[in-house]
Amino acid sequence: MMTRFTIALLASLIALPAFAAGDAEHPQAPPQGWSFDGVFGRYDPQTLQRGYLVYEQVCSSCHGLEYVTYRNLAEPGGPGFTMDQARAIAAEHLVPAGPDQDGNTTDENGLPLTRDGIPADAIPSPYANDLAARAANGGALPPDLSLMTKARLNGPSYIYSLLTGYEPDPHGEEQVGLYYNSYFTNHWIAMAPPLSDGLVEFPDGTEGTVENQAFAVTNFLMWASEPHLEKRKRMGFQVMLFLLILSVLLYMGYRRVWADQH
Amino acid sequence: MAHESTYQPQAGIEKWMDDRLPVMRLVHDSFVDFPTPKNLNYWYTFGGILTFCLVAQIATGITLAMHYVANDTMAFASVEHIMRDVNFGWLIRYSHAVGASMFFLAVYLHMFRGMYYGSYKAPREVLWILGCIIFLLMMATGFMGYVLPWGQMSFWGATVITSLFGAIPIIGDPIQQWMLGGFAVGNPALNRFFSLHYLLPFVIFGMVVLHVWALHVPGNNNPTGIDAKGPQDTVPFHPYYTVKDAFGLVIFMLIFAGFVFFAPNALGHPDNYIPANNLVTPAHIVPEWYLLPFYAILRSITFDFGIPFTDIIFIKAKFLGVIAMFASIGVLFVLPWLDTSKVRSMRYRPIMRFFFLIIFLPACVGLGWVGAETPAKVLYQQGEFTYYADYFEGEELTTLTYDTAEERDHAVESLVAVGTEVEIRDGTPFQFQMVHLGLILTIVYFAYFIIIMPLVGIIETPRPMPASIAESVLPRSSASAAAAE
Ligand code: HEC
Ligand code: HEM
Repeated sequence: MMTRFTIALLASLIALPAFAAGDAEHPQAPPQGWSFDGVFGRYDPQTLQRGYLVYEQVCSSCHGLEYVTYRNLAEPGGPGFTMDQARAIAAEHLVPAGPDQDGNTTDENGLPLTRDGIPADAIPSPYANDLAARAANGGALPPDLSLMTKARLNGPSYIYSLLTGYEPDPHGEEQVGLYYNSYFTNHWIAMAPPLSDGLVEFPDGTEGTVENQAFAVTNFLMWASEPHLEKRKRMGFQVMLFLLILSVLLYMGYRRVWADQH
Repeated sequence: MAHESTYQPQAGIEKWMDDRLPVMRLVHDSFVDFPTPKNLNYWYTFGGILTFCLVAQIATGITLAMHYVANDTMAFASVEHIMRDVNFGWLIRYSHAVGASMFFLAVYLHMFRGMYYGSYKAPREVLWILGCIIFLLMMATGFMGYVLPWGQMSFWGATVITSLFGAIPIIGDPIQQWMLGGFAVGNPALNRFFSLHYLLPFVIFGMVVLHVWALHVPGNNNPTGIDAKGPQDTVPFHPYYTVKDAFGLVIFMLIFAGFVFFAPNALGHPDNYIPANNLVTPAHIVPEWYLLPFYAILRSITFDFGIPFTDIIFIKAKFLGVIAMFASIGVLFVLPWLDTSKVRSMRYRPIMRFFFLIIFLPACVGLGWVGAETPAKVLYQQGEFTYYADYFEGEELTTLTYDTAEERDHAVESLVAVGTEVEIRDGTPFQFQMVHLGLILTIVYFAYFIIIMPLVGIIETPRPMPASIAESVLPRSSASAAAAE
């Protein structure tokens, strides 16, 4: 009797987070699904590299990745760049620098000093601060993307749906500086449709459709949020296997100890 | 159960120690040769599981504290640093976060077990009350721990919960400011929450020692609720229950590990991965799942307490909600005195068992559901909203009816423009909202303890009980043979 109720109890507890939906349309997973889903799920390094390309060429002009460093790009379970590639990528970017030998914090034009990036640098926001970011985006703040897939319900599918879900407002309405997107909370988002067919050309021959770009960049952002996912699941299997064997042994021990009582 | 010590020091060092500080004797008598009813089922493994949970939370928590920075500008980033750069930091943090949920899962099952088998009744009242104190301390610890990552839900959860104290008349505001160290949740609050979050588990630890001590005086209750009468009813704790508890614990750990490794964020809220921002309020502020039933009780009280049909108010709705929420935990403390039945276990109490399993448990789960939802959410509606505009056309009263307020207002505008005097009124349908369900379930929750429990204890006729624990565990055929002897 109590068992049945416990199951009902457990089921309703697990279902609770799912109730927190808004009036936005329910996010759709891409047709090919997510390779990182499920207990065996892992990242596809090729897709992550394509995703980095999309981030680099498109999103990075507005969004930073403050918790991701260039060296992370070369770490196992990630996009699989070599350390030399990661170093080269870092060097292509300017990051804020400390004071120079003479204690100056600005150059001769009064601009803050910058230097070439190194692998230990975080991928910076393109803006000096939040106010500058808002000023450049009609008052809206492009959020940091390092944790975006975990910061939204059903994160990866949400981001994919958001990026592919721009359409004209069904009532023909228009708003200045806002774009209709039925997946966004109040349907009007301050981010102009960032992707378009052919905007990014993939060197591996993958077709540069909006869907493919959105798919790749979402995979990349998932990795950015959960860089240790593969290691976690691998260790999970070892731990579960160990506990399973232990439970069988303990059950046998239990039967044996209690044999004289039954 | 208190019993003669059977400890026999073996080696010389054991004897030497036993004459000076007999810890080995204490351990032996408490956990090796302790006579334990032979009929304990798996619901009785949760005490051991809870001990594991507490130790696991302390171990992971201390490790986290080595890397965590309790400062409002650095807390969020320090947690991300743990997740990404600290060796196995993700494992430690996910274990601690999932561990809190597993701890509460275990404590709820442990408490429901105690209620079902009547383990709170004499002579175990103090044991039960110590458990309730542990539960309260766990809630405080869990709440303050959730504030530490300094995400959106941390910040706004802390804001909502501390504002409850502000609802206390007169002294509320000073108390709230004293607790927060300021006028709003900020760095001082974060620092003291961290300090207390580190302290309270050790207070809990002390309480658990007392709890186990209070358990070992009368000894365990058991599923029949009948007292053990002699050696035929008991087995030594070791190895019989050490191995059973260990098996139960490993099954629990399998579920625990399943969450940690394969769904570490399933029990958390996505908003807590957004850094705290005092300018942006999340759409729905919800506490962690294990506090939801109490949150639901808090929000279900939307009426003032006063003299009806007058303006006299004794207690404002918000404060009444706070009282109800604390009373819902407070009522657990007096449970031993609310239960009037002479029989402990609900196995032999058909009516009480019905109320517990069919009314009380679903009400608790239902309150959890209500707590997670917006109070104004409509569950059932009869009729539609209608919007009327009344005006006189000459002598004749004319009424226009619309489905939306906009359409009606539009029409009114044009009528007013030509100088007509118009009166508007709205027809509201009957609506049954989440908050109403919450109120009903709150009433059920309190009625269960305050009305049903004392009453059923008096009117119910218990089912026949076995004469002893030993008889209850015999297979049916040999039981009747034993009875025939
Ligand atoms: C021109 C600047 C710009 C570019 C380029 C851009 N974004 Fe945005 N993005 C914004 C702004 C501004 C917002 C804030 C929108 C709002 O709050 O209405 C935003 C918001 C978002 C959000 C959060 C939506 C939410 O639920 O709050 C995501 C996810 C996102 N962008 C992803 C991307 C990705 C992926 C790319 C690259 C493919 C990208 N953005 C390119 C400006 C940009
Ligand atoms: C940190 C949390 C807790 C720990 C570590 C803990 C530990 C234990 C242990 C080891 C036992 C003995 C084994 C068992 O019967 O399962 C026990 C028994 C008991 N606990 Fe707890 N407990 C905790 C919280 C609580 C709470 C919150 C309550 C109820 C309000 C409670 C009520 C009881 C009762 C009534 C018993 C006696 C059970 C019986 O003999 O039937 N405990 N506890």
